[in-house]
Amino acid sequence: MNNVFVYCEITEEGNVAEVSQELLSKGRKLANDLGVQLEAVAIGSKLSEIAQQIIPYGVDFLHIADDERLFPYATLPHAAILIKLFEEKKPEIAIVGASSIGRDLAPRVASALRCGLTADCTSLEIGDHTEPKTKQEYKNLLYQIRPAFGGNIIATIINPDTRPQMATVREGVMKKEIVSDAYKGIVNNLEVDSYVDEIHFIVKIIERHIEAQKINIKGAPIIVAGGYGVGSKENFALLHELADVLGGEVGASRAAVDAGYTVHERQIGQTGITVRPKLYIACGISGAVQHRAGMDQSSQIISINNDPAAPINQIADYTVIGDVSEVIPKMIKYYKLNSK
Amino acid sequence: MSFRIVVLAKQVPDTRNVGKDAMKADGTVNRAALPAIFNPEDLHALEMALEVKDRIQDAEVIVLSMGPSRAAEIIREAMYRGADKGYLITDRKFAGSDTLATSYAISLAVTKMAPFHMLFAGRQAIDGDTAQVGPQTAEKLNIPQITYAEEVLAVDHDSVTIKRRLERGIEIVKSPFPVCVTVHSSAPVCRPRHAKLLMKFKHARTITELQEETRDYTSLHNERIYLKIAEWSVDDLQANTELLGLSGSPTKVKKIENVVLQHKDSTVLSASDHEIEMMMKALISSHVIG
Ligand SMILES: Cc1cc2nc3c(=O)[nH]c(=O)nc-3n(C[C@H](O)[C@H](O)[C@H](O)COP(=O)(O)OP(=O)(O)OC[C@H]3O[C@@H](n4cnc5c(N)ncnc54)[C@H](O)[C@@H]3O)c2cc1C
Ligand SMILES: Nc1ncnc2c1ncn2[C@@H]1O[C@H](COP(=O)(O)O)[C@@H](O)[C@H]1O
Repeated sequence: MNNVFVYCEITEEGNVAEVSQELLSKGRKLANDLGVQLEAVAIGSKLSEIAQQIIPYGVDFLHIADDERLFPYATLPHAAILIKLFEEKKPEIAIVGASSIGRDLAPRVASALRCGLTADCTSLEIGDHTEPKTKQEYKNLLYQIRPAFGGNIIATIINPDTRPQMATVREGVMKKEIVSDAYKGIVNNLEVDSYVDEIHFIVKIIERHIEAQKINIKGAPIIVAGGYGVGSKENFALLHELADVLGGEVGASRAAVDAGYTVHERQIGQTGITVRPKLYIACGISGAVQHRAGMDQSSQIISINNDPAAPINQIADYTVIGDVSEVIPKMIKYYKLNSK
Repeated sequence: MSFRIVVLAKQVPDTRNVGKDAMKADGTVNRAALPAIFNPEDLHALEMALEVKDRIQDAEVIVLSMGPSRAAEIIREAMYRGADKGYLITDRKFAGSDTLATSYAISLAVTKMAPFHMLFAGRQAIDGDTAQVGPQTAEKLNIPQITYAEEVLAVDHDSVTIKRRLERGIEIVKSPFPVCVTVHSSAPVCRPRHAKLLMKFKHARTITELQEETRDYTSLHNERIYLKIAEWSVDDLQANTELLGLSGSPTKVKKIENVVLQHKDSTVLSASDHEIEMMMKALISSHVIG
């Protein structure tokens, strides 16, 4: 069987993106399950130091395409490299981050290779399959598990007959884990000119304004998240106060972001980030499936809601029935009184 | 030279407003309980196409949809909003198509409309949220793509300059034609146009729809060609049936589960000082906080 491939996205700062690090860890596990090797692909410019960031995740082969024309990311050259490389190496599985870049790139590659692609998977597993009609048996397929239909159902997708089996996964869904800083992997520097042509550069990038990621919600052990029920931007300041006192970060539901209470970077859920903190405090959040998809793995959940029947309460360890603006100051007060 | 703009639009079940009866007891989706709507981001795509049309002389906007005959509803809606013409790809043989098979069929139809300058699609459709059909169609047509478009900054007969909305910022890119543009929901939403258009296209119909009508539209449609919404079948597109429907779709659904809430034993508290203090103490002593 052939190997598992991970496309490594390169950030503005020239590092491997978080989501790619997470996928390298997942890729390592899948490769172990299949008894195959893990390969990674990094495409960009000035990548001489990149191997040190990638190989420790347990990467056996790292393919690097290093050329000044390859950063910033552009669809056609990156796609051309992946398509040709995949035609040569015939990966069993190929995974890509479900970021602006990954969701632009992966469909293009899948179309050229005529293989199946599942977007935004929340879980990837190896499993068998028997075709109900033909009784044909397939061993060790990639189960691509994702919410569908606005999050109302969870579907398991497979690609029995085409390779690679491709999937994208959002940032924060998988856990990153270094195998060993001393892991031995082989670096393969690609001859860029044999992969890209002048024609791949016809779309010109004229200007870019990309901000470095400032808010680190994903890494926070405690998240105080506010929803539409918080009621105002001013009340959102209360959440920041509680988060500061507890040493956490502030998150939000989409309704709160849409209402302008806070910025999109804080949105948690299916179309935001996925978090799994030690403690998640949901303030004035009803608990729509799309929101729960991003937080239901939290170790402990507190819901503060004036509606006893809010769906979020069903997954909460503590439900405080009350008004956010009344409950939070009390939490701050009694935390300060009792903590040492 | 006329400037041809094709807009891909999909009719989707409104998954944003899923009521209690939307899921059947067996965990499958009860499509009948969901209203069918114009995919929201496709309306942004249509708006962007109409803006380009306003800025270029001789431009025409053609709406293309693939789906059951009922999807003609959104083609008519697009006409009321300013599209000049509509085509519907419809055939039982397309049923079960995943994004790869869908983009194959769409690319054949778009090729039939060549030469075209711009191909617009929504970023993603809310029934699947895959965001794949735009880029896959572009690949099949062997044309470049500009995803997540937010604004057309400049356009003439040779090229277009577009602002893209990315996760952490924006990017401005310029492409020659033909190009595929997928439009983000941060772009302006489609404004209603003149009531005159509604009157003009009120009787636009597909052949299938005409057969179901009691009124005879033959002479009206012969007189006003623009009222004909053409239907294209597998044969019209000379499509390879191997690449369509289930057989052309590499992705298979193995299993579908309804999302069920796992009930936790929640400790329910009031907002009284005493109960909140108890909770905070318990969290501190179990080292969840502090
Ligand atoms: C394709 C798609 C993707 C989506 N992605 C996401 C996503 O990533 N993240 C996300 O969050 N949502 C997402 N949504 C939206 C989601 O469906 C819900 O609309 C949203 O999560 C609701 O936010 P909310 O709970 O803050 O607001 P509401 O549902 O309006 O809930 C407000 C809650 O506050 C309570 N409340 C009101 N006043 C007070 C008060 N004074 N004190 C205490 N409680 C009060 C109410 O009882 C209610 O439970 C998505 C939707 C779709 C269709
Ligand atoms: N059946 C279809 N008919 C017309 N356009 C479609 C169809 N399916 C997808 N599209 C277009 O492709 C975009 C992305 O769809 P999706 O990949 O399903 O998220 C949509 O916003 C539409 O513009």
